[in-house]
Amino acid sequence: MAKIMKSDASVRSASPVINAGVGIVSYGYFVPRLRIKVSDIAATWGKDASVGESLGVKEKAVGAWDEDSCTFAVEASRMALKATAGANGGSGINPQEIGAIYVGSESKPYAVKPSAAIVAEAIQATPSLTAADLEFACKAGTAGMQMAMGLVSSGMINYGLAIGSDTAQAQPGDALEYTAGSGAAAFIIGKKNVIATIDDTYSFTTDTPDFWRRQHAEFPQHAGRFTGEPAYFKHVQGATQGILEKTGTTTKDYDYVVFHQPNGKFPLRVAKSLGFGDEAVKQGLITPFIGNTYSAASMIGLVSVLDVAKPGDKILLCSYGSGSGSDAFVLTVQDEITKPNRRPSVKLLDYIAKNKKYVDYAGYAKHRKKIKHIE
Amino acid sequence: MTEGIARIWRNQRDRYNLIGTHCEECKNDFFPQRKICPVCRRKGKLKEKQMPTTGKIYSFTLVTGGPVGFDYETPYYLAIVELDNKVKILTQIVDSDDDKVKIGQPVKAMFRRIQTHGEEGLIAYGYKFKVV
Ligand SMILES: [Zn+2]
Repeated sequence: MAKIMKSDASVRSASPVINAGVGIVSYGYFVPRLRIKVSDIAATWGKDASVGESLGVKEKAVGAWDEDSCTFAVEASRMALKATAGANGGSGINPQEIGAIYVGSESKPYAVKPSAAIVAEAIQATPSLTAADLEFACKAGTAGMQMAMGLVSSGMINYGLAIGSDTAQAQPGDALEYTAGSGAAAFIIGKKNVIATIDDTYSFTTDTPDFWRRQHAEFPQHAGRFTGEPAYFKHVQGATQGILEKTGTTTKDYDYVVFHQPNGKFPLRVAKSLGFGDEAVKQGLITPFIGNTYSAASMIGLVSVLDVAKPGDKILLCSYGSGSGSDAFVLTVQDEITKPNRRPSVKLLDYIAKNKKYVDYAGYAKHRKKIKHIE
Repeated sequence: MTEGIARIWRNQRDRYNLIGTHCEECKNDFFPQRKICPVCRRKGKLKEKQMPTTGKIYSFTLVTGGPVGFDYETPYYLAIVELDNKVKILTQIVDSDDDKVKIGQPVKAMFRRIQTHGEEGLIAYGYKFKVV
């Protein structure tokens, strides 16, 4: 039987171009205050302190005992709404105009009970909207962006809210524990008042067994070295090359590029393999400071880029979720971004540097409830 | 030390978004919500109003012997916060350095877990405050 190759260039160029004025209206982020140094994790398990250096991660953000991916999502969404204050001639965007909320996460506080509904209530967007939680490992947040784009483009809703949020879980002692960080990013998608248009999107998906967590398992499992070439690199390269072809652009056309960042090294390596310079990657590389924020990782990288972006800048965003898939986006920054009160009042990198408190491994284990405890 | 599900649900709107009441007669704000204006009594005209999410610490204490269910967070700061509209509320102070938790310090509301019914039960969310 002949194999149908959807990655064929002719299929790609024949697929519809999205560009309909849809884009990012505003954005917000949240990173919890607690940090643990990778060297402390290494010392706990009798590993060499240099592990952080080889992963390109110094420390990671840790949610406190009373935080979870849902509280992060609410904080990021509230910031995104606040950052609309300068829109519409200073009246901002009424949360009641948000017609869809999607929360992408692999660390939902409930297996069944939507975080998206809690977020909707907490930002006063209820009851007239649709809401759902999404899961696709680390790319569920960008899947939510695509869904919101579709609903906005078709005219079904005025504004959609897409959130990526995780308290990245890892088995104590597992290699993932060094990098599994915590944080959230939220994007309001719409057609009016956009600070950056999303000119196009392209996705690349296959069934790849690199990382999973079964229904009642507490921690994810992964296939070690298998998570590199056939998983992360193949899909990020596939989606990025796909969107370059689809939009008829080259790496030289982009001021910034943001890739999913499971560690501090993979994004630089994949960028180099595709022909992007390190400089284009740096602004959006956040994992070295807070760890891999899973569903939030590429979105929070985009937050950092938008914090400094100027009108006319071109940005390429590409997520990756194990299992596996990548969503690529091409964005163009608009004049709207320079208006007063159209971005969060504190830049992500400044916030990360100033809002932190270190905990040791015991403190981390307590906050993340990795210590058995009788209630 | 945990509330029933019905009560958590009833308090949800107030706790998520600091929804209190405003009296159109005496122009006072109240939190939590009131059924009757404590100033005007029956003459009061009450309607829902969102309280400001910023204020300052009016007084505080460090709780070192927390009640059952608070083992993870003890010791913790409990404070009376005066919101920007002068309404005072009792709340926890989180995410703040010890030397910043002082009377008069500006604070803002955060969305956090306030109680959980064990590992499998309901999670109640609500406000706590942090020094800004
Ligand atoms: Zn009154």
